[in-house]
Amino acid sequence: MAEAMLPLDARGLGIRFGDVQALRDVDLAIEAGRRIAVLGANGSGKSVLLRTLHGLLVPTTGTITFAGRAERPRSQAMVFQRPVMLRRTALANVEYALGINGTAPADREQLARRAIARVGLSHIARRQARALSGGEQQRIALARAWALEPALLFLDEPTSSLDPAAAGEVERIVQEIHAAGTTVVMTTHNLGLARRFADEIFFLDAGRLTEVTPAERFFSAPASREAALFLAGELP
Amino acid sequence: MSDILASFALAVRLIAGADRELRRIVSLSLEVSLAAALMACAIGLPLGAWIAVHRFRGRRVAIVFLNALLGLPSVVVGLLVYLLLSRAGPLGSLGILFTPTAIVLAQTLLVLPMVAALCRQMVEDGWGEYREQLTSLGVSPARAVPTLLVDLRFSLLTVVLLGFGRAASEVGAVMVVGGNIDGVTRVMTTAITLETTKGDLPLALALGIVLILVVLAVNALAYALREWSARRHG
Amino acid sequence: MNPLRCLERLTAGGITAAFAAALAPAAQAATAQDFITVASTTSTEQSGLFKYLLPEARKALGFDVHVVAVGTGQALDMGRRGDADVVFVHDRPAEEKFLAEGQGVKRYEVMYNDFIVVGPGNDPAHAKGSDVVEGFRRIAQAQAPFVSRADKSGTHSAELRYWKMAGIEPKGTWYRETGSGMGPTLNTASGMNAYTLADRGTWLSFRNRGELAILVEGDKRLFNQYGVMLVNPAKHPDVKKELGQRFIDWLVSPQGQQAIAGYRIDGQQLFFPNAGTGS
Repeated sequence: MAEAMLPLDARGLGIRFGDVQALRDVDLAIEAGRRIAVLGANGSGKSVLLRTLHGLLVPTTGTITFAGRAERPRSQAMVFQRPVMLRRTALANVEYALGINGTAPADREQLARRAIARVGLSHIARRQARALSGGEQQRIALARAWALEPALLFLDEPTSSLDPAAAGEVERIVQEIHAAGTTVVMTTHNLGLARRFADEIFFLDAGRLTEVTPAERFFSAPASREAALFLAGELP
Repeated sequence: MSDILASFALAVRLIAGADRELRRIVSLSLEVSLAAALMACAIGLPLGAWIAVHRFRGRRVAIVFLNALLGLPSVVVGLLVYLLLSRAGPLGSLGILFTPTAIVLAQTLLVLPMVAALCRQMVEDGWGEYREQLTSLGVSPARAVPTLLVDLRFSLLTVVLLGFGRAASEVGAVMVVGGNIDGVTRVMTTAITLETTKGDLPLALALGIVLILVVLAVNALAYALREWSARRHG
Repeated sequence: MNPLRCLERLTAGGITAAFAAALAPAAQAATAQDFITVASTTSTEQSGLFKYLLPEARKALGFDVHVVAVGTGQALDMGRRGDADVVFVHDRPAEEKFLAEGQGVKRYEVMYNDFIVVGPGNDPAHAKGSDVVEGFRRIAQAQAPFVSRADKSGTHSAELRYWKMAGIEPKGTWYRETGSGMGPTLNTASGMNAYTLADRGTWLSFRNRGELAILVEGDKRLFNQYGVMLVNPAKHPDVKKELGQRFIDWLVSPQGQQAIAGYRIDGQQLFFPNAGTGS
């Protein structure tokens, strides 16, 4: 699966909203099997970059290819900072995603149940999704994404709205998803999480991708001044 | 005053005894209003939802036009439908004028803008909430319409109820296209008008009480639905 | 089976289902082809005559008669548009004009009732008597409040004729035009304690009399003749001419005439059949 669509190559990516240039001249490659954390100050363009790579935003300039092809493959998923659940049960939410993805009706329930079991929430599968706690909803969102068996998973600040216990659970699940073969790209401002999780860092500064570095090197000896300031906590 | 009290007492007796004429008028009213509400929703809900999720040239004009139709005076609708259905008019040979169908048609046209405008607003808000997630899952705007309509089912049900209430309260248009024919197109509102002008208060009062009860019940139901949905879904 | 997914499918096909539900009453109405539409007047409707007469007609004829009650002018206009099969009104000049325009086939006299002048019980204008023209003259002289229907109805036309006969053009604050039917006009007169011209039928079933009483009656000129006409199928091909003519034939037949005479309020006969005695 991963061989078919990765590496994802972005060249000269730029995106402009009115007067604001949110991304400029971004060149990057996402190789299969990576665990990538996208870091940067507030407003540096992390969320915009993720959305552009995932296809939610259309770049003003530049190209994105998947294993050399321009066609955007479907085998990707995204989990947002605040989980978005339909007004139905947790199980039904996962089944819905499977349905859109083309899963046969007869298989949906079984696959959905399995996904929910993997995130440890079988006991609340039949509860109304929106009545669950924030942490539980986020785990269901992960189950939903995981059930689609994506080659590439984007996560936009997945733990930022959660308390530490829930955040820990989410981190564990994301590690499991990666271990199962999905390439993961995550934005976060939780440096501890980035340090534990990532093997590669993309660092954004005012819309420019200024560093693409293996994680260890980034945290011990960042190349750019902005990155150093960021790690030192000087940048917001 | 004692006249009115006496009429009131007679009215209560008519209701309690399920007076035959009263029953006939009430059931016809409920039938046509329900049919009109359903038709208005069958057209208006998908229409409102479609406008909400699609970007097209002239979208803003469509929305403004839809909202403007909310203020359309009902007697104008009555006149338009009359001209349409009159034997001298384009649809005359259908022979629908002065039948319950004409009433359903007029009420549907009256309720349709309300349903479409409300639905558009609700779906647009819903689409705002869900757009990124649904797009991420591969749901196109067109495919999103049924999903959103189902997701908003409780809110939309209250829209249906409001539409029903509006249809049931209509007098002018119904009088014009229905003709208030005894036993055929006489509904609660037109019957109240007739009986009041005849000075025959007991039947008018009885009908008025029933009509108020219907409207109250509809609004209470809509309120209860909203509350239940909020508790269930958070 | 996930109930919500079923709902989703239904929404997509919802239009068909709802249309079917909505057209049910329409279907019922469409199959009941055996009925005619008669345009008549509000005063006739409000007198309760049709409630009594139409079931008799149904028994005799085997089809329904749907009466749309509007003012005489409007009833004839309905005939002109072809929206009625039969017109049944009480304004001879207007009916003759209708015939002259070729809108009606033939005019049959059916029945008459009478107009009365009602007014405040203490009769400040001293209009009481059996001379309607004199009564109107006195009301105008006293400038006593008078309520007029002013709505192109048969009653209104009659009222204007009496003013003309009295040589008076009614103008001034004492002359109030309501532009409405007999019932509302009586309500207004009752509320204002004013004089007005009414048909006996509506008066007898009118419950809100206040201090009003009958002051002028019996004048031959107060007789109110009803005529019935079939709307001309030559001008309006959709007119149900066979059923319409059968209804007219029944109205002027001995059975129909007897039925009309049989209608009473508080023991009083309202309408006096006189078919075959005129045009």
